[in-house]
Amino acid sequence: MSTQSNAIPESRVGAVVVAPAAIPAMRLLYWSVRRELWEYRSIYLAPLAAAGVFLFGFLITAPHLAVTMRKASAMAGLQMQETLAQPYDMASGFLMAIAMFVGAAYCLGALYNERRDRSILFWKSLPVSDTTTVLAKACIPLVILPLVTVAVTVALHLVMLLIHSAVLAATGQSVATLWAQMLPIQMWFMLLYHLIAVHSLWHSPFYGWMLLVSSWAKRAAFLWAALPVLAVGALERLFFNTSYFFQMLGYRLAGNESAVAPVKDWPISPMTHITPGHFLLSPGLWSGLIFTALCLAGAVRMRRYRSSL
Amino acid sequence: MACIEARGLRKTFGTTVALDGVNLQVDTGRILGLIGPNGAGKTTALNAILGLTSFEGDLKVLGRNPWNEREELMRDVCFIADVAVLPRWMRVSQALEYLAGVHPRFDRGKADGFLQKTDIQTASKVHQLSKGMVAQLHLALVMAMDVKLLVLDEPTLGLDILYRKQFYDSLLNDYFDHSRTIVVTTHQVDEIQDVLTDLMFIHRGRIVLNCSMDEFESRYAEVKVSPDKVEAARSLQPIHERQTLGRSIFLFDRADRRQLSTLGEVRAPSIADLFVALLGNEKAQGGVS
Repeated sequence: MSTQSNAIPESRVGAVVVAPAAIPAMRLLYWSVRRELWEYRSIYLAPLAAAGVFLFGFLITAPHLAVTMRKASAMAGLQMQETLAQPYDMASGFLMAIAMFVGAAYCLGALYNERRDRSILFWKSLPVSDTTTVLAKACIPLVILPLVTVAVTVALHLVMLLIHSAVLAATGQSVATLWAQMLPIQMWFMLLYHLIAVHSLWHSPFYGWMLLVSSWAKRAAFLWAALPVLAVGALERLFFNTSYFFQMLGYRLAGNESAVAPVKDWPISPMTHITPGHFLLSPGLWSGLIFTALCLAGAVRMRRYRSSL
Repeated sequence: MACIEARGLRKTFGTTVALDGVNLQVDTGRILGLIGPNGAGKTTALNAILGLTSFEGDLKVLGRNPWNEREELMRDVCFIADVAVLPRWMRVSQALEYLAGVHPRFDRGKADGFLQKTDIQTASKVHQLSKGMVAQLHLALVMAMDVKLLVLDEPTLGLDILYRKQFYDSLLNDYFDHSRTIVVTTHQVDEIQDVLTDLMFIHRGRIVLNCSMDEFESRYAEVKVSPDKVEAARSLQPIHERQTLGRSIFLFDRADRRQLSTLGEVRAPSIADLFVALLGNEKAQGGVS
């Protein structure tokens, strides 16, 4: 180092040769997602615990299954199927609701906690870009949680089917009827489609918004995520006496009917409901995805500028 | 070869000027101590070097602009911002796995070797370790990365003296060589006096002293003078005078050593004493921090 270095020879700038060693982007993303799963174990523990709770309830009411089967045997095909599938639909609905809560809680903390405990300074000391980090965090609600939900639901359904079969066998009823009516593979395929179409793609603006708030809030990320939304709705009500904003939110939350074809003639197989082409062409899906992308771009920018609280 | 070069480096936060046109050059193979009171601009300077903050002026680190080329730069640069920033939930084994996954120059075997010299168990979580052990862990992780520039911002804050000493010992013995550059800031200035090769004082966003340690030792001298020779000492234009136990201690800049030796015992001043001498008059509050 020179004593007084007001004059730096130009030739020395840029003279350092840096070897171009780089880790492939997909590997960086993989490890970034893995570390999210290490930190937020509720991503898989909460659905597992919920499945356990549900199974406990199912076991308690298991003797009732024999009665339901006897009633259902007298019904017509589709009605019978609906009656038998009821506990299974409840199981998937329950796990989906849990996954939505886990996703929301995760997103609100994902970019806030690392600033609060200053561990962001450790993450930033490594050659992983803000973009990779934010994308890895967005993968949790958009990819990982739906897949975890499907896996846990399928496992839960399998155990339920076994218990169900055992109850029917013990009471001398047809196990074959149950399996023929339930068509488990079809049921799980529909579940996977529903989770990807609605919970991942259609709901993505919610998660994008929460990640953005999480990257920006100095405290109380939950309030910052909820209050502006409520305020916009309330102001609209106050000044225009309309509630389009809340209707839009409700529509967004309830799911897009074009993910599933409008049911006019009650079909033979529920598989014919699925109309991905219809869904993929709906402007609501694409406007939502654009909003999500803008939120994530904002979160990347915030993470670049805000190192710690 | 220059590792860090800055010309007219400026950073303002609103009306506060954190860095006021800093010029500096740090060559490869040096260990620079960046010393200044709280709020002097040390951390802002380090953040600019690490691409954590935008800046005005010219700044090149390893030939790159840290703000625009941060991702590439971080393959060759690492930093310890504070002892407390390792994620508390992480297991030691997870940290090793993760770094092997994302860092192109991380040597898992080296890290294991460093950790074996400590009491740290790989199954432990960071929050189960004592503060000193967390610092040991962080240092082991960083030393296993083959980077060209290591920046340490108060790396031993809150550690007891044994850990602090060990920290710098391992840094010198197991890590530093002349292809690497280290920049360090600390409150415990005197403890790193023998570690540094270069010294820089920063105050109110400006560099007020910039010299090598060899220069520091040949330029500055401290003499403990008995009361009868005080007037003689004052006539030699000391840059600072202070009282200890009935004796006066004078600090001289570029004075004649032979003349000084007639006044009393001549020795090299501590960095802290020089800091107080140069900046103590301007800055009543705080002192060397």
